[in-house]
Amino acid sequence: MADVALKIREIARELLDSEKVDVVIGFKKGTLPVMSEPTIIRKASDTKDLIWDATCRLNLCNYLTGRKDRIGIIAKGCDARNIVGHIVENKIKRDQLVIIGVPCTGMADKKVLSDLAGGEVTAYSEAGDQITVSGPAGEKTVSKADVLQSNCCTCIKRNPVIFDEMAGEPVEELSPDNRFADVEAIASMDAAAKWGYFEELLSGCTRCYACKNACPLCYCPTCFVDESRPQWVGKGTDPIDIRTYHFLRAYHCAGRCTDCGACEAACPMDIKMRAFTRKSIKDCVDNYGWETGMKEGVRPPLDTFKTDDPEAFIR
Amino acid sequence: MQEFEPKIITFLCNWCTYGAADLAGVSRFQYPANMRIIRLPCSGRVSPKMVLSAFRNGADGVWISGCHPGDCHYITGNYYARRKFTLLKEMLEHTGLEPGRIQFSWISSAEGVKFADVARTVISEVKALGPAKGMAKEFIMSQEVA
Ligand code: SF4
Ligand code: SF4
Ligand code: SF4
Repeated sequence: MADVALKIREIARELLDSEKVDVVIGFKKGTLPVMSEPTIIRKASDTKDLIWDATCRLNLCNYLTGRKDRIGIIAKGCDARNIVGHIVENKIKRDQLVIIGVPCTGMADKKVLSDLAGGEVTAYSEAGDQITVSGPAGEKTVSKADVLQSNCCTCIKRNPVIFDEMAGEPVEELSPDNRFADVEAIASMDAAAKWGYFEELLSGCTRCYACKNACPLCYCPTCFVDESRPQWVGKGTDPIDIRTYHFLRAYHCAGRCTDCGACEAACPMDIKMRAFTRKSIKDCVDNYGWETGMKEGVRPPLDTFKTDDPEAFIR
Repeated sequence: MQEFEPKIITFLCNWCTYGAADLAGVSRFQYPANMRIIRLPCSGRVSPKMVLSAFRNGADGVWISGCHPGDCHYITGNYYARRKFTLLKEMLEHTGLEPGRIQFSWISSAEGVKFADVARTVISEVKALGPAKGMAKEFIMSQEVA
């Protein structure tokens, strides 16, 4: 991926030099080896900090919301779909943006990497499609395909849907056998087992809200979790409050979530809360034939209707 | 032991189903008194936050009812609502709510009989499920001072 990074720097430098944009939003090295850090670059000389590798898990669309300046932004497949969503929801104007598309071959799951390293990862490097990590268990080299985030294994759009520049050659799209095997596995349980599954899933959640803060869809000036009259959800880590938070957050993302995985990647407790959002992604496909962010200018499914929408469950 | 009587929070739209409830009342159609009716302008006004709040505060079931598609007082409110309800019901049941605890219907203001019928069905289905365990938050109401 090294040449992609070089290409990104070159495009970013050109955009800033020619004053086509005021800032470029990209990734730089993080303070931990397995993490990258979103960065906003204003000077051409700083473009040398930009990187591209399998730790660029966050969704940079998150940093676009409501900006007034002209922006260059690095976008992998899922990020580009969120940018389409942002344009539809009037959170940014298309003509403010120069989108630097990156065809994406997936991001490495930080939990899988730390398990591999036997604890905290102390060194991380990539060569071709091989990833090497070091940690308490010594040095390990694996192929990236074996340590991908789960959302990257069921990705439907690795090549950005919208872009102005491209920082690499198009990659082959995946054709997963069954994209929703995880949702179906939950569907096969009885109600009590489902309840237990989610109880277990959320048991470590500390309500830090990193998932909400990392999500480009969560841009509300006042989130429902902070509303107090009425108070929809308590502040602490009561299991019902945690569940209410995750349920409503996922519901607010229904028909808008691109399954980018930024929420899970941001979670310090490695909670797989996409078990909620994945359900509504599937329901939108099944009921409304809807995939988020694939086309500009189409209203999201909860903002429109058909007179003959399915309604078998209504008496 | 006393027989379990479920509490069912019922969201009715002002123009159709609330009218039907009224009609059922003045016509003296009988149905059990487990409903706690909340009148809203439109079924489109129902937010998932309200539904979760009902369960969080101890409801055993939630029933939402509005005008038939095409009859909405605001022309399209129930069409939008229908999509919200689809995703809401699916996600609730995906995360462990027993099917039957959340119910939906379209009942016009002329359908007093249907109102009483659906009310009886909803109540008996929720009753069969028993109390909603785990859904309600245990609020700290008071603390004893030693
Ligand atoms: S959880 Fe819902 S209310 Fe809160 S920021 Fe996200 S979308 Fe907005
Ligand atoms: S909910 Fe998670 S997966 Fe969906 S768009 Fe937000 S950050 Fe991405
Ligand atoms: S990031 Fe993780 S721990 Fe924090 S609120 Fe979200 S799920 Fe809970």
